[in-house]
Amino acid sequence: MKKSSNQTVFLTTSEVSLSNTSPRHKPPISNGILGMTIFIVTEAMFFAALISAYLVIRSGQDEWPPWGQPRLPIETTAINTIILVASGVFMFFSHKLFKKNKIIEGHRLMGISILLGSFFLIAQGREWLELIEFGLTVSSSVYGGLFYLIIGAHGFHVLGTILVLLYYWQKLKNSKNQIELENIFPFQILWYFVVIVWPILYTLIYLN
Amino acid sequence: MSQATTAVQKEQHSEHHQELSFLYKYILPLDHKIIGMQYIFTGLIMAVIGGYFAYAFRMQLAFPGEIVPLYGLVGPGEYNMLVTNHGTIMIFWVAMPVLIAGFGNYIIPLMIGCDDMVFPRLNRLSYQIFLASALVLILSFFVKGGGFGGAWTAYPPLSSVAEYSLTDWGSSLWLLAVALEFVSFLLGGINFITTTMNSRAPGMKMMDIPIAVWFIVIAVILFMASVGPLIAGAVMLFMDQRIGTSFFLPSGGGDPLLWQHLFWFFGHPEVYVVLLPTMGIVADIITVFARKKLFGYRTVLYTAFATGGLSFVVWAHHQFIAGIDPRMANVFVVTTVLISIPLAEMMFCYIATLYGGSIQFTTPMLWGLGFLAAFLIGGVTGIYLGASAIDVYFHDSYFVIAHFHYTFFPITIIGMFAALTYWFPKMFGRMMNETLGKIHFWGTFIPFNCLFLPLFLLGLAGQNRRVYNFLNYPDLARQELHDLRVFATMSLVVMLLFQFVFIYNFFVSMFFGKKAPNNPWEANSLEWSIPSPPPHGNFKTLPSVYRGPYEYSVPGRESDYWPQNEPPKK
Ligand code: HEM
Ligand SMILES: [Cu+2]
Repeated sequence: MKKSSNQTVFLTTSEVSLSNTSPRHKPPISNGILGMTIFIVTEAMFFAALISAYLVIRSGQDEWPPWGQPRLPIETTAINTIILVASGVFMFFSHKLFKKNKIIEGHRLMGISILLGSFFLIAQGREWLELIEFGLTVSSSVYGGLFYLIIGAHGFHVLGTILVLLYYWQKLKNSKNQIELENIFPFQILWYFVVIVWPILYTLIYLN
Repeated sequence: MSQATTAVQKEQHSEHHQELSFLYKYILPLDHKIIGMQYIFTGLIMAVIGGYFAYAFRMQLAFPGEIVPLYGLVGPGEYNMLVTNHGTIMIFWVAMPVLIAGFGNYIIPLMIGCDDMVFPRLNRLSYQIFLASALVLILSFFVKGGGFGGAWTAYPPLSSVAEYSLTDWGSSLWLLAVALEFVSFLLGGINFITTTMNSRAPGMKMMDIPIAVWFIVIAVILFMASVGPLIAGAVMLFMDQRIGTSFFLPSGGGDPLLWQHLFWFFGHPEVYVVLLPTMGIVADIITVFARKKLFGYRTVLYTAFATGGLSFVVWAHHQFIAGIDPRMANVFVVTTVLISIPLAEMMFCYIATLYGGSIQFTTPMLWGLGFLAAFLIGGVTGIYLGASAIDVYFHDSYFVIAHFHYTFFPITIIGMFAALTYWFPKMFGRMMNETLGKIHFWGTFIPFNCLFLPLFLLGLAGQNRRVYNFLNYPDLARQELHDLRVFATMSLVVMLLFQFVFIYNFFVSMFFGKKAPNNPWEANSLEWSIPSPPPHGNFKTLPSVYRGPYEYSVPGRESDYWPQNEPPKK
């Protein structure tokens, strides 16, 4: 029997009582992906607000970065940027393989992507420790505050998304079934978002 | 689909229809109807708190320095706290939970013909976060220094520096509560949009969706698109308060105007977020009780989109005298006046719907008509304020207070009563008492006007808002002005007393009212085709939809309504 399952599973299963009695035709965009898209719109507005806050405050200052504040490490972060983008590319191909039902191959690429993402996060953490040593803290200047606010907000998104992806990656390893994939797709899309935001932030905050 | 999937679904299916224990049915429910009611009841309790606060500070304004019966003495700091939290509660903990989350949850799946929201667990989580946010807010009243008193708009530096606000923890908890509340509505919003887009009953095309559902969905889209900046602002304000950043402090290189922009970028769309659900609910009510097709379904829908789009570019009309560039102010004057056009068009469609209808003055209809009449005044006075030349004088005066109460009160309170009285039979399976309902309507509607019309006059006379005791200012202490204040306060007290009629009617009808049939109002939309109250899972079989929701008094038919799911005759 071919059944339409438009009741995607989002973090957990939802009930499917009615789809047993009468088929509802399949919606063009699955629930999980539609829900995530809406969420990403909110997220995009959130980052847009942070960026405009940054620009507004910067435009009110004579010297940027303010006198006496450390400069940011442009080169190492450039490498780190490449690593994050690479992670996004791997995720993209993993998504493609999943769609072709090549679960094992997709699963492998997804693992690589998660690994690269985690590396990015660790490198960022080390950078923070050094910057704090050099005297850049949230309260050292509004520059420091903005840096930790914006980069921190992004880092928080990286961390959260990686944890969820890791959770599903682990589950998929054990089950390899379709339902799990429906769960994973929305978070892969979230990962693209997190990756795409980063080069913008890098250009804005590091390369000024 | 694979066998495994089917098996999993079967298993869930049977699990789903087991008799649920009390705990899972009412405390940790997944059923959208119960979650909706949780939101509605929490919202009603918060409304009582908000109303009580209003009572306390209005008494202070009318009888300054005297002990307020049932409250006590209102000190200056406490006055600020009461006003701030009254506004916050009414907007974020009454208007939004009752009208969007509460009725949205209750009616969306019923009106589009499906069994539940697509993400029921997310839905439950959303309510739990909301409840937590309400508790945090209530907690903030009791910490050292008392609740936050820096106005619902929380302008820094007053809101960010504890030495200025004198409510170190009150401000932070207030902010935390608001942030939690947004997270809760974010989760709910994802659910509403996805459900409406993906789970409609077969045959229900976009233009067959009842306006009530459409408008809740548009409201949620506006909310989702505008809340990001405020969350960003809230995080920044919280950091300013607690970890020593200075995003909004000029002394540290920050910019206090930035907060105003972030706040109002959300704040203005937010007024349409609360407006649209009531507008939609009223559309459904007036068509049922005028027994007429909605005039211009598409026009109504498109004007809502236009209003929603424009609402993102009018925010600086709240900041005309905040020091923004006057050239920029001109732009915002134009957009503000523009936004009244689609709204007026929508209003005309509603009036045209009523024109020539066979109107039944039931209680829900009275509330619906009362909403339209009162909101009209609110909308029209908004256009005055939108002209910067006038607003320079009116800003922060009681004229503004009267304006937004003529919008918010109809939306929140009148709209809530309209929806409650209209869907009460469906929700509880009993009818409410009509006579008591009408007494309550007039006992609310007349005092409401007596309460807020004088505030326009006081605003015109130059009375500023956020003042603790007007008798300290010779110009404002004049007897004729003070009489208006006393009159307004007395009207409030009368209005509050009439609410007991509602409470009595509500609870007595819930248990002893006349049993409600499936379709007491002879309405078309799908929720009236199933038993009252609807069983768990709502529809026995998936309904099929053949027409739009507003086919009333169709020529050539015997009955004057035509349910959406009635198959056409061959
Ligand atoms: C035709 C539509 C409307 C126009 C042109 C309009 C215009 C304005 C303007 C220019 C102000 C600023 C006044 C000032 O602070 O000096 C204002 C304030 C306000 N409006 Fe409206 N408005 C409209 C509809 C609404 C609606 C539908 C609502 C509520 C649902 C609303 C709620 C408010 C609130 C709450 C404030 C005061 C905010 C505060 O300072 O605390 N308005 N309106
Ligand atoms: Cu506005």
